[in-house]
Amino acid sequence: MNLRQNLGRYGEDRAAIYLQDRGYVIIDRNWRSRSGEIDLVARDRDRLVFVEVKTRNGSGYGHPFESITKDKVARMRRLVADWCQAKEVSGVKVRLDAISVLISGGRVSIEHLKQVF
Amino acid sequence: MSLAKSYCVSLLGLAGTLIEIEAEISSNLPSFVLVGLPDASLSEAKDRVRAAAHNSGLPLPGRRVTVNLSPASVPKRGSAFDLAIAIGIMAANGRVRPESVSEWIHIGELGLDGAVRGVPGVLPSVLAAKRAGWLKAIVPIANLAEACLVDGVEVLGAETLAQVAHFHGAENPASDLQAFNGSEVSAEPVSQVNLDLADVIGQDEAVEALTLAAAGGHHMLMVGPPGAGKTMLAERLPSILPDLSVEAAIETTALHSISGSKVHEVSGALLTRPPYEAPHHTASMVSLVGGGLGMPKPGLISLANHGVLFLDEAPEFQRPVLEAMRQPLESGEVLINRSAGIARFPARFQLLMAANPCPCGNFAGKGRACVCAPAARLAYLGKLSGPLLDRIDIRLRLQPANSAQIALARLGATQLGRTSAEIRARVEAARKSSSRRLAGTPWTINAQVPGAYLRRQLKAKAGVTAALDNAVDRGLISMRGYDRCLRLAWTSADLDGRSQLVAEDIAKAVLLRGGDGVTSW
Repeated sequence: MNLRQNLGRYGEDRAAIYLQDRGYVIIDRNWRSRSGEIDLVARDRDRLVFVEVKTRNGSGYGHPFESITKDKVARMRRLVADWCQAKEVSGVKVRLDAISVLISGGRVSIEHLKQVF
Repeated sequence: MSLAKSYCVSLLGLAGTLIEIEAEISSNLPSFVLVGLPDASLSEAKDRVRAAAHNSGLPLPGRRVTVNLSPASVPKRGSAFDLAIAIGIMAANGRVRPESVSEWIHIGELGLDGAVRGVPGVLPSVLAAKRAGWLKAIVPIANLAEACLVDGVEVLGAETLAQVAHFHGAENPASDLQAFNGSEVSAEPVSQVNLDLADVIGQDEAVEALTLAAAGGHHMLMVGPPGAGKTMLAERLPSILPDLSVEAAIETTALHSISGSKVHEVSGALLTRPPYEAPHHTASMVSLVGGGLGMPKPGLISLANHGVLFLDEAPEFQRPVLEAMRQPLESGEVLINRSAGIARFPARFQLLMAANPCPCGNFAGKGRACVCAPAARLAYLGKLSGPLLDRIDIRLRLQPANSAQIALARLGATQLGRTSAEIRARVEAARKSSSRRLAGTPWTINAQVPGAYLRRQLKAKAGVTAALDNAVDRGLISMRGYDRCLRLAWTSADLDGRSQLVAEDIAKAVLLRGGDGVTSW
């Protein structure tokens, strides 16, 4: 594992803890298919939440959310369908969220955007 | 707070509409949406604002930013909205105090480095804001002087976006906005090179005609061979015109501000002297009358508002260009219709035209040296159409100065009372007496007065108008020409300080106006 993957892994851990603290139940992590990867899948009451986590060390490359492009969102929507098919889940409400984990000067700040479709 | 408002002005012609800029920050992936009928140059504001905010140390939030320009039906154009958009977003983001932001009008273009750059049309924008009841404005420092010409509006000049943000309560290090202290603009207005009528040798009749033109605001045509001094005389007309009134000065400065003309950019101050525009004869219709792509810009006839438009070699202008001036000559304004709306520009200019008598230019006096066929000669001046010439009160034939006049001029004998300053004093006195005579009417100078009014006012003794009646009877002058001559005669009387017409005034008018067609003289 290289440094960048380490950072990503750390960010996902922090995001998972953040969600669990708020009553979410994590039901899947780093699920892969041919078209990509879903970082976190959680259950928020009656809703399945698919989460894209972006981690940055310092803000030299802009806000973490800025790297989530339209293409990326479209790919995540396909992945949600793939996941539901693979897990044979149907008829549930789903939501797409994004979480940014920003590490700067030893402090970690987490931002959570809901319903980014 | 995720919603805030800021305000700017959109101009169409001289009229401005107050534009409310709503900025909303919503919890969604970062994007920048600009709605409300922006044109291409305004849509680029997104990228300028993002970069300017980042480089000012106040980056936009990593969220979806929606900016709405309302009323959405008013077309908006250009870069003057940048500052208001950027500061509106900062207010929505809570970086600055929203209640402070929405008290001020913000006008200015942003550079990528966060600098606030000057834009055209700041003076009319601030005037429009004042009419809409806004008495506080932040403008680019480059436009501070002109914005301060508007009475009763508190104006501050901004150099950078950071300064404006700091002013509205952002906790960033920045210097204060500047109030106008008058030091950037020299008290002495930038005047044209000092031209004086005393430089003209001989041409006493022409100088008298020019004086009449200045006093009554009459349009004038000079026909004469090359070197007779037509251009020299024309360039000196502004020097004998009185200073602009305050309203006229503000109106004219506003037109120059919109067009971003050079005169204005250099001084940035109020134009107090009548403007002088002398386009080359290749000038296009749009350059003269106004227009252009998208939002119309004023043409030269509007830049010459309350001043002089000089067309040298008038028959060489394209005919449609000349004809396009007929309507503005009559109404004193030009309406430009575009899909974006109708722009109205004032165009109360004094038209001065010069022409050679024929294509070769030598058909003067006895015309011995002229090599033009009679038909070519007729066709040449015939390019100036009847309806256009009809609006010209003074048509003057010029002859080159002769050796006797040159000798006299060297001795200083004929130049008495011929300096521009002396003549301007006469012109000012004449304008005063004509406006006194015309008090209670919508007109102030003789050239504006319609014929019917003049004829009613004509209480002169029988015989005074004999020369005019005679010319009408002989078919030399039409009824319209009769009215024109009367106007000119009144100017002559005003110049001599008389309250009634005398035969001499009429004779002078008949001589200067000439017959109805060009060929008849």
